[in-house]
Amino acid sequence: MSEAAPRIETLHEAGRTLVRLAGRVTVADLPEIERAFARLGGPVAVDLAGVERMDTAGAHVLVRLRARLEAEGQALEIRGAPAAVESVIATVAAAEPAPERAAPARRGLVDRVADVGARMTGAGRFGAELLAMFGLILARLVRTIWRPRDFRMTALVHHCEAVGWQAVPIVALMAFLIGVVLAFQGATQLRQFGAEVFVVDLIAISILRELGVLLTSIIVAGRTASAFTAAIGSMKMREEIDAMRTLGLDPAVMLFVPRVLALLLMLPILAVVANAAGLVGGGVMAWVVLDISPPMFATRLVEGTGVANYVIGLVKAPFFALIIGVVGCHAGMRVGGNAESLGRQTSAAVVTAIFAVIVADAVFSVLFAEIGI
Amino acid sequence: MSEAIIRVRGLVTRFGSHVVHDRLDLDVARGEILGVVGGSGTGKSVLLRTIVGLNPARVGEIEVLGTPVPARTAAERARLEGNIGVMFQDGALFSSLTVRENVEVPLRRVAGLSARTRAELADLKISMAGLPYAAGDNYPSELSGGMRKRAGLARALALDPEVLFLDEPTAGLDPIGAAAFDRLIHGLTQSLGLTVFLVTHDLDTLHAVCDRVAVLAEKRVLVTGTMEEMLDVDHPWVRDYFHGPRARAARPDRG
Ligand SMILES: Nc1ncnc2c1ncn2[C@@H]1O[C@H](COP(=O)(O)OP(=O)(O)OP(=O)(O)O)[C@@H](O)[C@H]1O
Ligand SMILES: [Mg+2]
Repeated sequence: MSEAAPRIETLHEAGRTLVRLAGRVTVADLPEIERAFARLGGPVAVDLAGVERMDTAGAHVLVRLRARLEAEGQALEIRGAPAAVESVIATVAAAEPAPERAAPARRGLVDRVADVGARMTGAGRFGAELLAMFGLILARLVRTIWRPRDFRMTALVHHCEAVGWQAVPIVALMAFLIGVVLAFQGATQLRQFGAEVFVVDLIAISILRELGVLLTSIIVAGRTASAFTAAIGSMKMREEIDAMRTLGLDPAVMLFVPRVLALLLMLPILAVVANAAGLVGGGVMAWVVLDISPPMFATRLVEGTGVANYVIGLVKAPFFALIIGVVGCHAGMRVGGNAESLGRQTSAAVVTAIFAVIVADAVFSVLFAEIGI
Repeated sequence: MSEAIIRVRGLVTRFGSHVVHDRLDLDVARGEILGVVGGSGTGKSVLLRTIVGLNPARVGEIEVLGTPVPARTAAERARLEGNIGVMFQDGALFSSLTVRENVEVPLRRVAGLSARTRAELADLKISMAGLPYAAGDNYPSELSGGMRKRAGLARALALDPEVLFLDEPTAGLDPIGAAAFDRLIHGLTQSLGLTVFLVTHDLDTLHAVCDRVAVLAEKRVLVTGTMEEMLDVDHPWVRDYFHGPRARAARPDRG
């Protein structure tokens, strides 16, 4: 720009230091000026006659120098300032905040122990909140069935499309590949015993009973729990949820019920799709590697695998759907006022949902083993 | 007429088929405070965003500080970014940073500035914008609407920019705070030679600080001039605006 870079001249005259500042004294020149000022001590006079432009940052450094010298029992004389410069200095001097910076508290042993306790109760409270959310959603679901008038069909259809229909390609592809892998691995092992034909049982039981629904749930947890959290969380962030409340709209009915219901309806269907795709993948691989023709595969499948396996797999789907929906909605409501917490809660929702689904699956396994099916 | 800091020629802005500006011309001279008024939805905020280069899809020429907008080279862009400050209508603070960190963001561009000086300058700007010292440690979501406005101003002022764009700075402030705000803007223009592009509906602000007023209507700058000249303009909207009951109440020569 037009102004010249700052010129700093330091002279000693009659027992005090005279600093001549000229040119530009702006924030860009601050490091240089600060360096020069840091060396000053004793009585100082600053001559600003040659200053062409001084901004508030430049004035701040002068005011700070004056405060420091006064604290040391010295004085700073500012002279020759053009009117504009003088008014900047006056504005800044009037606005200088009185720092009331508290010394950072030292963290002792007690604080650390307290931290552990706080984290434990935090975890407990998180669990309680999840349970409360679960109860709330169940209650509203039941009420919706009781009084279908409040129900928002359009929202349900929209969420069914997003949660179910749009997930079909990825779920089907994933299950197909799992079937391929199982058939291939099973074939290499079982061939050693000449028991190739049992590969059909292996594929059918593992996919129908466990993998179909579990892997579908994990994919849905990744896709949908995060989407729920992001959508509800950004509404929370922009006070839309508060606005709904003041308008007499229940966020649970408006936001949670359609989403959870969509999951409840769609996850079993997705699991059926995954089962079918997994069997097709396994069948194709069995045909290619083991020469088990599709009719043979089908016969073996119907004879060798009980319907129980299929039912056991699908029974779990609604439970997993509830877990994913509740975790996603709950994380959305935990979002605070800033963008960072939205990101944190979104990833926390995915991790929590996947973890909870796997825990639930383990519980089901033990349960079914105990009752002997 | 003195050197124009902002020069807009033949600006056409449209969203789809909705034309917001149609061949709009505007000049802002160095050191002046231009008040931009107009009804809701007449495109004041859009004009501001376009001039600072946030709205690239447009026809026409814009120059700020002699540099065409949008900037063509990295050097031009750096010059523009370092010399304009923008305060958005709703603050637009970074929600994951404290107020002090928000104000420090532009200061980080300055090479060689120590962390301590940066924090001090941020505190100074926060105080100048009329916020208490303790507000520096708050996150934007913990502040009131008016305080967020002030924090937005503090960030816009961080580098003492040559051109300041303010979008409705006094909306949502209490009258005492708004008057202090007017004094601050006026004082800074006087002492730092700031040029201010000020979108406002606040007639008191227009009276107190604006050198010139530009009326946005009929998709262009309908008329510019001092507040006194506005009283004589023969256009229904302008007449209603400057002769309405609120306008009369805000006139300094009243009574
Ligand atoms: N991103 C966008 N997409 C489509 N239309 C837009 C967009 N931004 C603004 N508009 C339209 O441009 C017009 C001008 O909007 P603008 O925000 O500039 O109004 P304003 O004059 O600032 O009003 P107010 O005084 O209420 O702030 C409005 O009709 C608005 O609908
Ligand atoms: Mg606006």
